Amino acid sequence: MSRWLFEPGLFANQSVRTALLVGAVVAVVSAVVGIFTVLRGQSFAGHALTDVATAGGAGAFLAGVAPLAGFIGGGVVGAGAMDVIGVERVKGRDIATGVVLGAATGLAALFLYLSTTHSSATGTTQSILFGSIFTVQSSTLPEAAVLSAVVLLTLAAIGRPLLLSSVSAELASARGVHLRTVGLTFMVVLAVSVGLSAIVIGSILSTALLIGPPASSLKLVRRFGAGVALAIGLGLVATVLGIVLAYDSYYWSSAHRALPVSFFVVVVVVAEFVLSSSIHKWRRARVPAAVHSVVADHPEGWH
Amino acid sequence: MFSSFMTNAWISGTIVAVLAGAVGFFVVLRGASFPAHAIPNGAFAGAAGANLLGINPLFGLVSFAVMAALGIGVTSRRTRNDVATALSLVLMLALGAAFLTLSTQYEPAINALLFGEILGVSSSEILPVVVLGACCIVALVVLFRPLVFTSVTPELAEARGLNNTLIETLFLVVLALSTALTVPVVGALLTFSLMIGPPAAARLMSSRPSRAIALSVGLALLTVWLSIAGSYTFNLPIGFFVGTLGAVLFLGARLRGSRRARSRRLVIA
Repeated sequence: MSRWLFEPGLFANQSVRTALLVGAVVAVVSAVVGIFTVLRGQSFAGHALTDVATAGGAGAFLAGVAPLAGFIGGGVVGAGAMDVIGVERVKGRDIATGVVLGAATGLAALFLYLSTTHSSATGTTQSILFGSIFTVQSSTLPEAAVLSAVVLLTLAAIGRPLLLSSVSAELASARGVHLRTVGLTFMVVLAVSVGLSAIVIGSILSTALLIGPPASSLKLVRRFGAGVALAIGLGLVATVLGIVLAYDSYYWSSAHRALPVSFFVVVVVVAEFVLSSSIHKWRRARVPAAVHSVVADHPEGWH
Repeated sequence: MFSSFMTNAWISGTIVAVLAGAVGFFVVLRGASFPAHAIPNGAFAGAAGANLLGINPLFGLVSFAVMAALGIGVTSRRTRNDVATALSLVLMLALGAAFLTLSTQYEPAINALLFGEILGVSSSEILPVVVLGACCIVALVVLFRPLVFTSVTPELAEARGLNNTLIETLFLVVLALSTALTVPVVGALLTFSLMIGPPAAARLMSSRPSRAIALSVGLALLTVWLSIAGSYTFNLPIGFFVGTLGAVLFLGARLRGSRRARSRRLVIA
């Protein structure tokens, strides 16, 4: 079994070890932030931030700055802009959002084109859009760890008011929660976590790690703490399995061409979601319809 | 700029603009911006797969776009679940990335598929593009009245005996075919922009459907022609110009509109 799953030299390889560590850190942060994102019905905002982060990452590449700084810078600026024009929900605003995102993508096109033609770097497009975890420098690990700690501490600080305002804005308001501050803080946290997952699976695919494991976990459990724990577990499985399979895929064909990590991570994430949805459906079919509450029926629309 | 190797660019660009302008009007009218966002990603995976197998990319583009459209048509009737749709979006993109990795493509080929390439349509492909484009236009002309009717008052249309589901499916197929033709020229990530920007601006500028469509096609033509000229002159990707011009047109129309009437409703012509 272990012979079959782990190809020779997997754990001896320095870049694989770095990849696994960074991947694990990112999976934990994405899962925790993702739970709030799904509960608040902000999957669309998360998806929208990835487009802006793409432009940021590509710009950083062009300027010769570390991509992580670009992803996060772009994401934070995008989060601020989205707060100003209020585009975080699909409804009603989707046309304006589409146009703004189109412009951001156009900018990304420009930056990527310039960095591929005006420098000797190859694979820029691939690594910005679809990730390149095996090329992450081990010096990135402390940065990613510090940022993750900041994200988790911020979430711990605003967790209760955030959860309350996600469930009932009126109630939270009456309890003295400043909705706008909490909302904007969360958007910035979301932007940082999109930036972090962009270095693992690429900017336009970071939606997968952010939304997939939490959505799957909320289909299976109902308690908040259990939901967070399960989402972290599912995210870790997807990331580690994705990295290992991508490493192995080098040996699958005689041509020795490895498939991207992001591809395997996305496949595992989608498989987890399909599986948990089927379990959810199967369970529902066994319980009389009158028993369930609205919340149990629509965990992802619970906002 | 008008030398012989650019002829295909101008012809295909013009067809694409007319199609995107006309189809985009209905995308905006029906609030179908989600399919317009998702189908190009499917088309991207299709083109990458065709590249891998060494067959004509148009086959991959058309088949994957139509499959994505029909898939959306089937699932959206049951539920509107943004988590599932977001995940299927990224799955298609990841699939495209995997195909491209397998098929030893050089980086410019990937860039071209994602962000557009004015020379993306070769001489051998121009005939199918013209034929498919013409089919889409004819289909839109035939479907014009039922499409407007079902978009504005779906209940009344149903009561008059129109089959909403059939019209929705036909519309999605037309959308998929136009996407397949548009992706090679302006790129998978920016097809959405061309189908939303000019039509949304046109809708803000006119309330009559026939005039709004004409305006939408005109603005899309302007966007594409300026983008081809800009891309050629400055040697930059066409997607950059399409994305930026789409946003500029929309914001312009928005400013102009907000200065005049606050909101207008579409009147059936």
